[in-house]
Amino acid sequence: MVRVLERDRAVAAARAAAARVFDPEIPALSIADLGVLRDVRLGPDDVIEIDITPTYSGCPAMRLIALEVEAAVEAAGLGRPRVNLVLAPAWTTDWITPAGREALRRSGIAPPVPGGGRRALFGADEIVACPRCGATDTEKLSEFGSTACKALWRCRTCGEPFDYFKCH
Amino acid sequence: MTTIAVAETALTLGLLRLADTALVHAQRLSEWCGHAPMLEEDLALANIALDLIGQARALYAYAAEVEGAGRSEDDLAYLRDAPQFRNVLMAELPKGDFAFTILRGFLLAAQARPFWQAASGSRDATLAAIAAKAEKEAAYHLRHTGEWVIRLGDGTAESRRRMLNALAALWPYTGELFETDAADRALIEEGILPDPAALRPHWDATVDRVFAEAGLVRPADVWMQSGGRSGRHTEHLGHLLAVMQHLQRAYPGATW
Repeated sequence: MVRVLERDRAVAAARAAAARVFDPEIPALSIADLGVLRDVRLGPDDVIEIDITPTYSGCPAMRLIALEVEAAVEAAGLGRPRVNLVLAPAWTTDWITPAGREALRRSGIAPPVPGGGRRALFGADEIVACPRCGATDTEKLSEFGSTACKALWRCRTCGEPFDYFKCH
Repeated sequence: MTTIAVAETALTLGLLRLADTALVHAQRLSEWCGHAPMLEEDLALANIALDLIGQARALYAYAAEVEGAGRSEDDLAYLRDAPQFRNVLMAELPKGDFAFTILRGFLLAAQARPFWQAASGSRDATLAAIAAKAEKEAAYHLRHTGEWVIRLGDGTAESRRRMLNALAALWPYTGELFETDAADRALIEEGILPDPAALRPHWDATVDRVFAEAGLVRPADVWMQSGGRSGRHTEHLGHLLAVMQHLQRAYPGATW
């Protein structure tokens, strides 16, 4: 029983350490709030195993995130973990937590509009509120922005351009 | 100089065909980096290239695992010569002008999206996972390039002239997108990959819809080029690989 408790504590501590790793391209957002941290468990050999999943296939941040997760767990005194990159189930913006959406908005990035990625192939754009002034009179400048997961928009009310985290 | 060839089974060949098409197309797109007609397009083309490189990496890693010869995704990308590449010919054609690049991206994405959508139900769990991500990305590529095909085809006299030139140049390479040989059929029968010919109506519908808005008409009775999926390439692929593989060929095993 004590042994089980110790194992649970180790997993919880590893999860907490991994959850404090931030997305290197969106420093406001932890990988837990982003939904990239999928699972933390103890392997049969008592090594911590951590699953992370990429937002986009070509996300160049994955290798850095994996290294930072390794370092964070090791720094918490839990030994060097095994970090696995898992592709299934495919990451979706639905996994961004409410805290994560708020963190995005605070850093000037409009959070994904639920259902926005499932709209018709060529149709009207979703309605995205400006993360700065809250106005909904906004327009898409480009489907592709500063990173693979963002699109470039502009607010017609306050005139500011902003990033929109693409729904996916 | 080290040159490798992958032991081809139906599955490794199927994976290489998908991976090579993604990587070679991505390499062509990356040639626009810093040269696109405007900043937003520079970002867009580089982003699409990045998605395709990501898909290629996952497919190469899986092909290397299936082959079981201890090779890595990088070995497959950097150490094979042109005759070992299995990409469709359309992907390797020189980047041309912006209209050509956009139309190529559109024709490939219109095929890729329904293909990955169907492949996400593959009996092969790894392929299904790769496909589920690729499908979402292909939807963005298709929307972006489709909007540009309309804008250029129905735009100025100059943009329309360029789009018509691109259409005439690219159309003979569309037939290869729907070809199947014995290896493909083996994968289709096992439920590992979808049948591209069966998905052709989706491609036709997308192309017809966008062409109608763009004021473009499909060329009729065109001789279809073929061979890339079997390793018979245009002279352009060797030049592309010379650039892409230069570092690993000149300094074998170099790492950052």
